[in-house]
Amino acid sequence: MKIDPGNGLKLLCAQCRLPLVSAPVTVRYLGQAFPVELPRCPQCGYTYVPEDLATGKMLQVEQALEDK
Amino acid sequence: MDGTRVREWEARCVEEQAPACAASCPVHVDARAMLAHLAQGRFRQAYEVYARAIPLPSIISHLCHHPCESACLRAQAGDPLRIHLLERACVAFGRTDIPLRTQRPSKRGRVAIVGAGISGLTAAIDLYTKGHDVTVFEAAAALLPRLCLLGEQTLPAAVIEADLARVRESRMALRLSETVDLARLDGLLADFDAIYLAPGNGSRPDLAGWLDLDDKQRPIVDPLTFATSHPAVFAGGRLRHGDDGAPILSVHDGRYAALSIDRALQGASLTANRDNQGAYASRLYVDTSRHPAAPALPPDIGDAYGAEQAQKEAARCFPCHCLECVRVCPYLEHYGSHPKRYIREIYNNDSIVMGQHKSNRMVDSCMLCGLCAAVCPNQVSMADVCLEARQSMVDKGKMPPSHHEFALRDMAFSQGEAFALLRHQPGRRQSRYLFFPGCQLSASAPQHVLQIYAHLCATLEGGVGLMLGCCGAPARWAGREDLFAANLENLRAQWASFDQPRLITACSTCLRAFKDLDAAPAVESLWTVLEREGLPPRAASAPPVSDYAIHDPCTARQETAVQDSVRRLLDRLGVAHHELGAPGLGTCCGFGGLASFVNPEVADKVVDRRADEDPADYLAYCAMCRDNFARRGKRAVHLLDLIFGAAADPAERADPGFSRRQENRARLKTELLRDLWQEATPTRAARPDLSIADDVRADLERKWILEEDVRQVVRHAENGGARLIDPDSGHVIASYRPAAITYWVEYAIEDGRCVVYRGYSHRMEVGDTP
Ligand code: SF4
Ligand code: SF4
Ligand code: SF4
Ligand SMILES: [Zn+2]
Repeated sequence: MKIDPGNGLKLLCAQCRLPLVSAPVTVRYLGQAFPVELPRCPQCGYTYVPEDLATGKMLQVEQALEDK
Repeated sequence: MDGTRVREWEARCVEEQAPACAASCPVHVDARAMLAHLAQGRFRQAYEVYARAIPLPSIISHLCHHPCESACLRAQAGDPLRIHLLERACVAFGRTDIPLRTQRPSKRGRVAIVGAGISGLTAAIDLYTKGHDVTVFEAAAALLPRLCLLGEQTLPAAVIEADLARVRESRMALRLSETVDLARLDGLLADFDAIYLAPGNGSRPDLAGWLDLDDKQRPIVDPLTFATSHPAVFAGGRLRHGDDGAPILSVHDGRYAALSIDRALQGASLTANRDNQGAYASRLYVDTSRHPAAPALPPDIGDAYGAEQAQKEAARCFPCHCLECVRVCPYLEHYGSHPKRYIREIYNNDSIVMGQHKSNRMVDSCMLCGLCAAVCPNQVSMADVCLEARQSMVDKGKMPPSHHEFALRDMAFSQGEAFALLRHQPGRRQSRYLFFPGCQLSASAPQHVLQIYAHLCATLEGGVGLMLGCCGAPARWAGREDLFAANLENLRAQWASFDQPRLITACSTCLRAFKDLDAAPAVESLWTVLEREGLPPRAASAPPVSDYAIHDPCTARQETAVQDSVRRLLDRLGVAHHELGAPGLGTCCGFGGLASFVNPEVADKVVDRRADEDPADYLAYCAMCRDNFARRGKRAVHLLDLIFGAAADPAERADPGFSRRQENRARLKTELLRDLWQEATPTRAARPDLSIADDVRADLERKWILEEDVRQVVRHAENGGARLIDPDSGHVIASYRPAAITYWVEYAIEDGRCVVYRGYSHRMEVGDTP
């Protein structure tokens, strides 16, 4: 999945005080896993899911998997 | 799903039955399709429809005695369509002289056609285009010899020639002036695989011994297959019908004999799948009364139609369809087809083991309101189909988790500690009655529950207990019979523990749930109780009186006593009211079947169309109906608004939305316990205090995010959970996943309150670095 990080790379992790960086992560649903690049805190690993992704591509994939 | 039952459902929908015109035509010219093209001025396409059924279109358009017109249902609203003249118009204005094309059969055969009349040539053309080697034998010196004698008046030579040209241009062998007697016939069997015998009228004693003959000395012919006693010989046309044989019957025989011959050559069954061969009576239901009468248009050019007049006459075709259910149900309309097709699709969807289940959303978008069955001539119930399909999806683990989870969580809330309650009337230890207001009235207008309960306690003898909870309808609608049954069993146990009092429900959905129980408790609607026992004294501040249009909830469709009581209560209140069509035939408000959670677009169409039926304010007696109208901007009141009066204009009351619904239920329970039973409940103040702008609130509702979901995220973040800061705005962005959904909220703490800027959610789980 090619992801537009939105404003994600501007955000700071509140605990680590570090800006997020694009990092490979896995998203999972109904037993399926997909590799994606998402804005992530380089220290604690907290990962941001932009709204456009959640309500767009991610929703589509969720629905397709639910209909499998 | 049970395949036998599915097929039975499918068979009951008559929409795919042929219209009367096509069914009564011996070769089933699809006049409905032909006229649809004609009405649009598409003469060539109209001609193609005609010529597909009629291999000699010019000739037959002159000679057919048009039994279709006697069957045409337009006769019930004006005159039958002049189909025969319109067929001539198709030929006159749409004829295309495409040479006969041939297909490649899997087994090519040699066929002799004896007799070049209408029947013989029909069979010859059909077999030729199927790819067989065809030889036509004719005793006369010309093709169609009998027709040539009819004269220019009846059948101009040019008309005959128009149809014969492509026969002559084909690679068929045409052997004119060759008499085929018995000796010759026997010889033909050596050179040909099959013979079609269509020599015209007349007894044939000469064939005795070679073929079985009837008492008129004609070959005995099977009326379905046109087989004779000889396996390679088929016969038909006027040889079979005699002089009364109409030309279209000769076409019929030629066509279906050719079908048999082709099957015999391919080694296929002669008799399989031959239902509805020849003229029959269609079962298609058509409500002709909905069409204003329109007389036939006279031919305008001599005894024929000009192109324009033909177009106008064709436009008189209804066209014939049933679609009674599709007309009244925006859901059925939305998917662009009709129940027979839907039932098949749903069954296929149910049978898929691997691959996409494309119809899941369709199955879950039905409101289960039962209107389709109420208007269908054969009581086809899509509600039954969709409910069974949902149960099957649940059983197979194929129900998409996102479809009903929100509604089921809302139901669980109503069954849980926050709302559920069982008490005798204050100061009593017994209950002759048990009032069950249901979860939605309590959610929409909790003060009405307090008021009506007080009234029931004051009016009814023997104690009125109170039971708060949900009847479980959402579980049933979600296909979760397990949850539904468990919930009802729980309610029944509570009822039994009170010595089986008489149940009174304020909601017709609850009424039905209790009534559907085996050994159902004695249960009655609040409205019939009020009609019998009397209304409370009218509140001082009467509502603005208008002439209300009554919307009956779909779950009260069968409850005529309830419907009647509501009307009499309105009379007693002195409130003017009128009907929205027939009381049992209204649409759902869009909430039924949980459709609005799965397909808000369709559910909104349903409410909106219902709302547009009448400009008057609507009167509902289901809280969910009332709120759905309000949500879509339709002025609507609940019957209790009129009974108790309200300070402000009750038709303007906004839909509370799902967060408020839960708060209202919880608050109702707290107030009841405190005020009626003097029981304090631990107040669980909702923290943090949220400040949400109206547009953000509406957006959260649309995304099925509750304020409590938002609070959980904020609490988690403010208690040290992970969170992000947007350096530009200073807002916090945080997420929390209480169970199967991750909620994200952007907020800021301002003056001790939490200002919410947006929220969204996803079901996918974000894991670690791969
Ligand atoms: S009303 Fe609907 S389901 Fe019933 S026969 Fe007609 S098209 Fe079919
Ligand atoms: S109204 Fe049209 S569709 Fe119906 S029977 Fe007549 S020609 Fe056929
Ligand atoms: S929404 Fe109602 S009328 Fe429409 S298909 Fe479903 S049960 Fe039938
Ligand atoms: Zn961090």
